[in-house]
Amino acid sequence: MQPNLRTALATAALALAGPAFGQGSTMDEIARYREMLADGNPAELLEAKGEELWKKPRGPKNASLEQCDMGLGPGKLDGAYAQLPRYFADTKKVMDAESRLVHCMVSLQGFTEAEATKRWFSKPGQDSDIEALVTYIGGKSNGAKINVPARHPEEARMAKVGEYIFYRRSGPQDFSCAICHGQEGKRIRLQELGNLTTQAGAGTAMSTWPSYRVSQGAVWTMQRRLIDCMRQARWPEPKYLADSVIALEVFLQKTASGTVMQTPGIKR
Amino acid sequence: MKNTFIAALLALGATGIHAADPIAFQAEQIFRSSFRADNPRYWMTRLDQDEAMRLCSQYKDNPPAKVRALIEKTQQATIRYPVEGKLIGDWKEGEKLAAVGTGGHIGFIQPDPPGRVRGGNCYACHQLAKKEVAYGTIGPSLQHFGKLRGNSDEIVKYTYDKIYNSNAFTACTNMPRFGLHNWLTPEQITHIVAFLVDPESPVNKD
Ligand code: HEC
Ligand code: HEC
Repeated sequence: MQPNLRTALATAALALAGPAFGQGSTMDEIARYREMLADGNPAELLEAKGEELWKKPRGPKNASLEQCDMGLGPGKLDGAYAQLPRYFADTKKVMDAESRLVHCMVSLQGFTEAEATKRWFSKPGQDSDIEALVTYIGGKSNGAKINVPARHPEEARMAKVGEYIFYRRSGPQDFSCAICHGQEGKRIRLQELGNLTTQAGAGTAMSTWPSYRVSQGAVWTMQRRLIDCMRQARWPEPKYLADSVIALEVFLQKTASGTVMQTPGIKR
Repeated sequence: MKNTFIAALLALGATGIHAADPIAFQAEQIFRSSFRADNPRYWMTRLDQDEAMRLCSQYKDNPPAKVRALIEKTQQATIRYPVEGKLIGDWKEGEKLAAVGTGGHIGFIQPDPPGRVRGGNCYACHQLAKKEVAYGTIGPSLQHFGKLRGNSDEIVKYTYDKIYNSNAFTACTNMPRFGLHNWLTPEQITHIVAFLVDPESPVNKD
């Protein structure tokens, strides 16, 4: 990372972490970071690292991931992320980018699932291969239209399950996804919340993941995003790659279909 | 109480959702089996739904009039008052509680540390005192609440009841039921009531 970019980011993070950053809307603030970061989203570094990891022989089988089938055939990555989650005949499951990637790490490289998912998200001083790989895989759909028609019966079922979960209220605050993301133009404190039940709202949200989160100083994958929203809902913690999270992704990607991917994104 | 509720629902044809809707049945199973096995059991009870939650989910927060009326009636019946019966507390305490958004986060990644103060987090959704600009808009602005409505016994009771159980007035509202869930104690609610209605409170000044 260039030193001036690092400073710009630190300033941005500070401005965001403050209790209130003036009357300007969050969107204005984000537009400002976009300008500041015009010469590079830090996620691009992770994208490059992901590409390296993808091509490098690794694991007990000393194999690369180049033959991984993300839905369009072995090794075909262009536009694959934009068409996930989808049903895979070999596993008989609807899988998202992350569960499919882990499947390839297990089947092609010989990692155990526990090894492959041990560091599914990064912490300061502790990188995550999955984050890098998903950023790379996502980037390969940049410019492609999200296309999850959910026509296969299993996909259609998961879309309905996701919709059900989206409106399911429980917990000590009576929360559901819909209470934060079911209306136009709302915000919680100063954070703008899209309406994820419309094509425009879901499109804006889904097309920009994986995303570099300035406030976290890290790239977040969609699994990470949704698992954190469940934390905000005050629910217990889902398993990484859980079917409920994948079902929500099918519902959201189906709603967002037609929107052009702009990934990696950059967010608050 | 609970039985009459269920009987009334049956009369309305509003229960039996799982039997009638195979997706709901599967979705419940998928949802509940999606959580880490090491979540303590008392955390997992947060996934249980009472009748109001179940109905609100079923109707995507927009129940038909009869179900709505039923929810409001049964929720009204849950409201409990502080022992001394005084519904207006200390607005300064209420001001603090309205701002606190921490508390109640569980899980392994970023839970609230034990003993973390828990507040009403009213600013997440409402504009209140003018000086706080970081307010959300999920709920209506409550600025000048007391100035506009006064502090008659009736308004005070309504305000207390609304915070204790929001669904007593608006079935399936996005506002949490703070008293019902013991998220706030009756005493804490009286402080927040004061913050809203006391003429000296910053909500009603400037
Ligand atoms: C208590 C509030 C709350 C709840 C409940 C909640 N979210 Fe969120 N959600 C947020 C906030 C806050 C953000 C981040 C906005 C920001 O960073 O500016 C967010 C972001 C998101 C995003 C990314 C949006 C974007 O534009 O990039 C998605 C997708 C999302 N949530 C889905 C969900 C789903 C699905 C659920 C239910 C499992 C859920 N959320 C529950 C508050 C919530
Ligand atoms: C997650 C969102 C949310 C939170 C948190 C929340 N509210 Fe609300 N509140 C709403 C919504 C939405 C409405 C409008 C619908 C309704 O009346 O229930 C509302 C309505 C109200 C009303 C009725 C306004 C009227 O015109 O009569 C009062 C009073 C109120 N809220 C007070 C509070 C207080 C005090 C707190 C904090 C202890 C709080 N709310 C926290 C969402 C919220």
